[in-house]
Amino acid sequence: MRHDDLQFDGQGHLRHLLTIEGLPRQTVLEILNTAESFISVGEREIKKLPLLRGKTVVNLFFESSTRTRTTFEIAAKRLSADVINLNPLASSTTKGETLLDTVRNLEAMHTDLFVVRHRESGAAHLIAQHVPAHVHIINAGDGRHAHPTQGLLDMFTIRRYKGPFENLRVAIVGDILHSRVARSQIHALTTLGAAEVRVIAPRTLLPTAVEKLGVHAFTDIKAGLDGVDVIIMLRLQRERMNGALIPSEQEYFDLFGLTPEKLGYAKPDAIVMHPGPMNRGLEIDSAVADGPQSVILPQVTNGIAVRMAIMALIMGGSAGAPEPRRTE
Amino acid sequence: MRIAITGGHLIDPANNVDGLHDLFISEQGFVAAIGAMPDGFQADRVLDARGRLVLPGLVDLRARLREPGLEYKATMESETRAAVNAGITTLCCPPDTYPVIDTPAMAQMIQQRAWRFGLAFVHPLGALTQGLQGKLLSDMAALDDAGCVGFSNALEPVADTLVMRRAMEYAAGFDLTVFLHPQDPWLRNGGCMHEGEVSTRLGLPGIPEAAETAGLARDLALVEQTGVRAHFCQLSSARAVAMVAAARDQGLAVSADVTAHHLHLTEHDIGYFNTQCHVIPPLRAGRDRDALRQALKSGVISAICSDHQPHESDAKLAPFAESEPGISGLETLLPLTLRLVDDELLNLPEAIALLTARPAQILGVDAGHLGVGATADLCILDPASHWTLSVDRITSRGRNSPFLGWEFRGTITHTLVGGKIVFEAR
Repeated sequence: MRHDDLQFDGQGHLRHLLTIEGLPRQTVLEILNTAESFISVGEREIKKLPLLRGKTVVNLFFESSTRTRTTFEIAAKRLSADVINLNPLASSTTKGETLLDTVRNLEAMHTDLFVVRHRESGAAHLIAQHVPAHVHIINAGDGRHAHPTQGLLDMFTIRRYKGPFENLRVAIVGDILHSRVARSQIHALTTLGAAEVRVIAPRTLLPTAVEKLGVHAFTDIKAGLDGVDVIIMLRLQRERMNGALIPSEQEYFDLFGLTPEKLGYAKPDAIVMHPGPMNRGLEIDSAVADGPQSVILPQVTNGIAVRMAIMALIMGGSAGAPEPRRTE
Repeated sequence: MRIAITGGHLIDPANNVDGLHDLFISEQGFVAAIGAMPDGFQADRVLDARGRLVLPGLVDLRARLREPGLEYKATMESETRAAVNAGITTLCCPPDTYPVIDTPAMAQMIQQRAWRFGLAFVHPLGALTQGLQGKLLSDMAALDDAGCVGFSNALEPVADTLVMRRAMEYAAGFDLTVFLHPQDPWLRNGGCMHEGEVSTRLGLPGIPEAAETAGLARDLALVEQTGVRAHFCQLSSARAVAMVAAARDQGLAVSADVTAHHLHLTEHDIGYFNTQCHVIPPLRAGRDRDALRQALKSGVISAICSDHQPHESDAKLAPFAESEPGISGLETLLPLTLRLVDDELLNLPEAIALLTARPAQILGVDAGHLGVGATADLCILDPASHWTLSVDRITSRGRNSPFLGWEFRGTITHTLVGGKIVFEAR
């Protein structure tokens, strides 16, 4: 099955969100614009819309997560869906049940939407290939491959603070090799026409042929941050020393940790982002994380509106009566 | 049964035969004559081969039959049946069965099981090290006596270079061939596809080209040191081809093969996580595929094999890295090779040689040729028929193929083993 057939149904509606790669710019903008309209919902006294009333959303997290799972849960609840959180790490998969069996069993309980996180790249694609037409999949992170809702909420945040993408230079700093977030951000930024996307890391943390994704690679953070409007810091797993990928936390922080001094290489009004969870003192200095240029907490808030927008668009778009269930 | 095959176009590269010749098979299953009918020959059966190609039975250097140990995937009977349906009459089976082929009893058992079904001949490779553990040498001389045609550690790398040196020295002393899968286990590092732009896009751990070339460089140094006769299995990269070519130019006794799918697919065929394209060694870049094709032309690579690995369907219904690698390849071996003729890379006798005489020579077995007196292992091919690979056309128990939906030219109409018709198209 071709990939673009997988994310869209026969009428060209977004059916699953698996990756930003290949999404038309129009679809990305529609998600961002819809999210704008949902921002105010969180600020109301009654934070609910009836768009997904009667729908069942299962948060299926094969890999642990706090922030992403919680914001998905809040987003679904604000749309009036029934939400169930499952962490199959601790249940059936340890008994040898396959990924598809787990999904099929939950599907038999009339789930409408699965929000899936899995340690393996391609897990969300696999599930999307094997669910019936009325079941939707949102990829909440698969291996090193994609984390499209994070990428979209980052675009939402950038647009709110910095305006049109055509004028923006964006630097992504850190462990690009293992980062699904970086891949989704890169696809989103190139789709939206950012002036330049840079990745900054030691060569051991840059994937082979990373330039083919449409980015410029730097190992020198001073050159890499020169003149950028947006800095996105990535989390560094503390155990990366073990694979001989970096020599020490100290050297990493010295070379790539974002300090006030290094922030000075970027434009004076540059914003600083981080998908979380942060390692203060490893990839980012607290003075920057909590400083005036940081938009790290607004990222989290925006995550709810963006995830609401994605769920609403995928599950039938506009307000009104829920469509009758299709059986195939 | 005495059989006459009449009117066919006989291609027998071992004997430089390429033309219209009748072929006569004796009661005992040998080629009795080519061309004129021997005096007094009374055919019990005449096969009309007009418009067809008559070829030596194909020799496949590497096919997993899954027996013993993994009978839920396939069996000796199911896979030797699939082989003869595809014109393959001789198979070589790597030692990574369960249990491993590291005892004479296992080697004999495999040959006897295959013999019982009377379909394709199965020649086992013995384990180079006990249990394929890369630590202790196997009883190579005894395994050789028991019918092993060579020694291999299959896909398990012999990480310890000293053990590899000793294994090669020991094999060289008994004039045995080692079959090597060059791979540096540290560079492999849990990778599941070629390290390159596609692995970067998909976020899948890559296997760098250097995993093959570093392993190959080590093995070539040891081959030179020990003087063992070595065959390199499944080259996958342009640089590896160049290294083997240079070694041959220096006069080393090395040969190499390629799997049919590496001649037709690249990393890009993985698309979005197509697990049918999960193979080891991995599909590499377009320039690697082109170099492998050229190596057939130049003679650096002297055989095309299927690397047949039948799987149950669940084996591929998993995220890419967790899916089991391998392609059910017996039935696409000849069709994919004939495509190289259609692509004008090879002429027909050259292509057939890569599937018959040359792999037989690597194995050191008497097969893959059709001179007078040879065992009548052969197949008859209708070169004009066009067909599309679909699941219900696959005889193997493994339906795992990335070539489903591909159009091919040429179908096998008959296969004979030892002069017996073991397959006849309806």
